[in-house]
Amino acid sequence: MIYLQLLWVFVKIGVLGFGGGYAMLSLIQHEVVDNYGWMTTTEFADMVAISQMTPGPISINLATYVGYTTAGIGGSLLASFALCLPSIIMVYLILRLFMKKKNNAFMTNTLKGLKPAIAGLIFAAGLAMMNMQNFVDFGLGQYNISVIICVLTFVASFFFKANPILLIVISGIIGFFVY
Amino acid sequence: MKKAFELFWSFFKIGAFTLGGGYAMLSMVEKAVVDQKKWIPNDEFWDMIAVVQSLPGVFAVNTALYVGHRVAGVKGAFAAMLGAIVPSITIILLLATVFHEFRDNPVVERVFKGIRPCVVALILAPSLRMIKSAKVTWKTAIIPIATVFLIWWCKISPAYVILTAIAGSIIYALIIRRRETARLRDCETTSGPEVPKSRSPEVPQNKEAKP
Repeated sequence: MIYLQLLWVFVKIGVLGFGGGYAMLSLIQHEVVDNYGWMTTTEFADMVAISQMTPGPISINLATYVGYTTAGIGGSLLASFALCLPSIIMVYLILRLFMKKKNNAFMTNTLKGLKPAIAGLIFAAGLAMMNMQNFVDFGLGQYNISVIICVLTFVASFFFKANPILLIVISGIIGFFVY
Repeated sequence: MKKAFELFWSFFKIGAFTLGGGYAMLSMVEKAVVDQKKWIPNDEFWDMIAVVQSLPGVFAVNTALYVGHRVAGVKGAFAAMLGAIVPSITIILLLATVFHEFRDNPVVERVFKGIRPCVVALILAPSLRMIKSAKVTWKTAIIPIATVFLIWWCKISPAYVILTAIAGSIIYALIIRRRETARLRDCETTSGPEVPKSRSPEVPQNKEAKP
């Protein structure tokens, strides 16, 4: 049963995951945290951090982790494969049938129209992670270090394009000394 | 068979050493596939990447599948795909077994308390950067705002939101194509045969047509 659920969830994510790794976070979060409760939101945040620091696609990392924690090594392989299955079919079909130049402009325009929605999708994933579990010292009369970390990281990443791994390491060091 | 193994090994190395997601990987793939092995000519490679990018799914996997299939057929596609995902599956499996024991360690817990708010910001930042690069105006800002509202506030499944957005985007692309063909036809009737056949950059953007 769990295998069927894993297969269904990750095939769905593979079919609808437009716009790369971050865009898939929202889909994964909805299914894995909200719908099935396979992960808590802190675990999800931790896994995103670990995925950033290890090589490889973030969604494959998450699929492997979720599969492993719910159904062992078999589950991890199944979840990762399920995520790739739609891609296998689609790339094959595209190479076989639709490889014509004139479809290119149409596809680019479709993707262009999709982009603002994908941006909203990613933003929603970030917002859903803003809770007391991830911001442990949030509140009046507290130091709110977690909010400060979040704001500074945002500024460093958005305005100065700082290396995300460096930012994670610095935040980890701050966390070690503050908490 | 030798080619399939070479594909596996090339993508294995790329999968094992690229940090920072799909786009960071792209230049490494180009170096391996176009420059070193000369499997695919440069212009064809970038044409295909544009198509592969518009597909859903894991970008690294899609790229590996395309390159593998182009170089050595179905066998090559599977070899390249496995090469791309085996390193991260292995690393995460190793970490997951260890992480379960380490999670309750007070030092690790403190470090991750600092990391979690950082991760939230690392997700929010690229979404805003994307809004900038998509040239969202005050009028089209309704799209990302509605998306956030529906998913975060109304808890509607992102799947439905994506499907709606795809429908809207296809209508948007259809309208652009229709305008363009109409414009080309107008040009032909007025100014004779020396009309540029390629897409010109000053195609009118139809903002109301977006979803």
